[in-house]
Amino acid sequence: MTAASSTRSSSRARRSALPGLGLTLGCTLLYLSVVVLVPLAALVLRAADLSWSQYWTTVTAPRAVASYRLTLGASLAAAGLNGVFGLLVAWVLVRYRFPGRRLVDAIVDLPFALPTAVAGIALTAVYAPNGWIGGILYSWGFPVAYAPAGVVVALTFIGLPFVVRTVQPVLEDLDPEIEEAARSLGATPFQTTARIIIPTVLPALATGTALAFARAVGEYGSIVFISGNLPMRTEMTTVLIMARLEQFDYAGATALASVMLAMSFVLLLGVNLMQWVARRRMA
Amino acid sequence: MRRRDGGKAAQRLLIAVALAFLAAFLVVPLVAVLTQAFEQGWRVYWASVTEPDARSAIRLTLLTALVVVPLNTVFGVAAAWAIAKFRFPGRAILITLIDLPFAVSPVISGLVFVLLFGANGVFGPWLAAHGVKVIFAFPGLVLATLFVTVPFVARELIPLMQEQGTEMEEAAIALGASGWQTFWRVTLPNIKWGLLYGVILLNARAIGEFGAVSVVSGHIRGETNTLPLHVEILFNEYNFTAAFAVASLLTLMAVVALAAKSVVAWRTDRTLIPASAAQAGPTDIQP
Repeated sequence: MTAASSTRSSSRARRSALPGLGLTLGCTLLYLSVVVLVPLAALVLRAADLSWSQYWTTVTAPRAVASYRLTLGASLAAAGLNGVFGLLVAWVLVRYRFPGRRLVDAIVDLPFALPTAVAGIALTAVYAPNGWIGGILYSWGFPVAYAPAGVVVALTFIGLPFVVRTVQPVLEDLDPEIEEAARSLGATPFQTTARIIIPTVLPALATGTALAFARAVGEYGSIVFISGNLPMRTEMTTVLIMARLEQFDYAGATALASVMLAMSFVLLLGVNLMQWVARRRMA
Repeated sequence: MRRRDGGKAAQRLLIAVALAFLAAFLVVPLVAVLTQAFEQGWRVYWASVTEPDARSAIRLTLLTALVVVPLNTVFGVAAAWAIAKFRFPGRAILITLIDLPFAVSPVISGLVFVLLFGANGVFGPWLAAHGVKVIFAFPGLVLATLFVTVPFVARELIPLMQEQGTEMEEAAIALGASGWQTFWRVTLPNIKWGLLYGVILLNARAIGEFGAVSVVSGHIRGETNTLPLHVEILFNEYNFTAAFAVASLLTLMAVVALAAKSVVAWRTDRTLIPASAAQAGPTDIQP
């Protein structure tokens, strides 16, 4: 027996010295099954119950396809905005000292704490054609609320903390001495940013942006007020599912929900894969 | 010298752009809630938040949180204990499953319970025969909120408890403490700030959840209307002042949660950084 394997087996033996695995694991599995897994399975089974032609007509109806296009397009735009400005906010918070920095740092989490319905009506009031910011933009011929741009604004609000909070710890670990070394070797600030800072934060930035995107795709509360919900134009998939439910069209709602669920799983898988790649690159 | 001035100017510019962005997306909407709420003065504000429908919405929201927060807190602690203190096959999958509700749209989180317990759901006929109402009633609100908030506490505790390892608990057991004594006297004091952090986030979400609750509530005024749903009804009736007045209550809740979160984060930073730095070695080795 090598030393490594003997320490491993002894550490395993030590681990089981703690009580409570059976109880806590049992409770965890039971609770998770009742609250999350069985209900989700019910949705999948219900969707499988629909006849294929009925399912296909529902999920490829022009109104549904238009809603996917808006959902994915607006989520992508919002994730992109958050990628750029979230990185900037994280950078400013980590590297610069200015009055009110701690307050600004705390307020970044506002979208996590503020109920989405409140965010929705507040953003609608601000970005409506008669709102404080929306009024100015409207007079320039750029309507925000009740247009796709309004959806992007709401989704940007919702996704911001994901990017900032994922990038921030990586920037905190980034030693300024490396940049100083690059600069003393003659690199311009632009080169230092492009060759050192961006490559280091890229995995975290990609993860944060993907999380913001995933959250945006399923968002409902913050967009339902500002989007105007015009079928074919400003109707998100979640709003369409809600409309189907209000008409008691459970089959239609289930079919559309299964499409969204599939999208979410692909995204979840993508994020996990990205984190795995990032961890391997770090190691 | 010139370069440094250039650096200072660039720094100011970056700070200004970042703050302008945060102002447009976070601060201005926050201010808008308060100004709109008080637009017609204190008296209208007070009347809006104390009228019977608003009061019943407040009561229902608090009652839902009162059921959901303890349940998901206990779940989170149990799950974190199993996952962080032991190795077993399927552990990574279990972590992903706990995070699952974060990946699912709130609308779907509500829909699944309608499909299970609704009038033509799987258990619908049985429930109807026994006179039990789940959908469009309080149990539905609780279930949907439970689903949405499952990950909060577990998510905060798993990395924290993993980082702290098992040595202290093992020492307690070796010295003759029972499992419960070990948990209450050793583990809990070590995780209390992380636990509080998770509970604050869990509570904020339980109170503010909208999409999932909207699907199962049925929007019956005075009966199944939570605070966020009440905001929606008022807003859609063009009763903006009342909508923002009720919304300001939820905003206050969010601001308190943020403040508490900052205090807790500050405390954990102070107490945990030395410990985590000391243990960074061994935890890194574990897969």
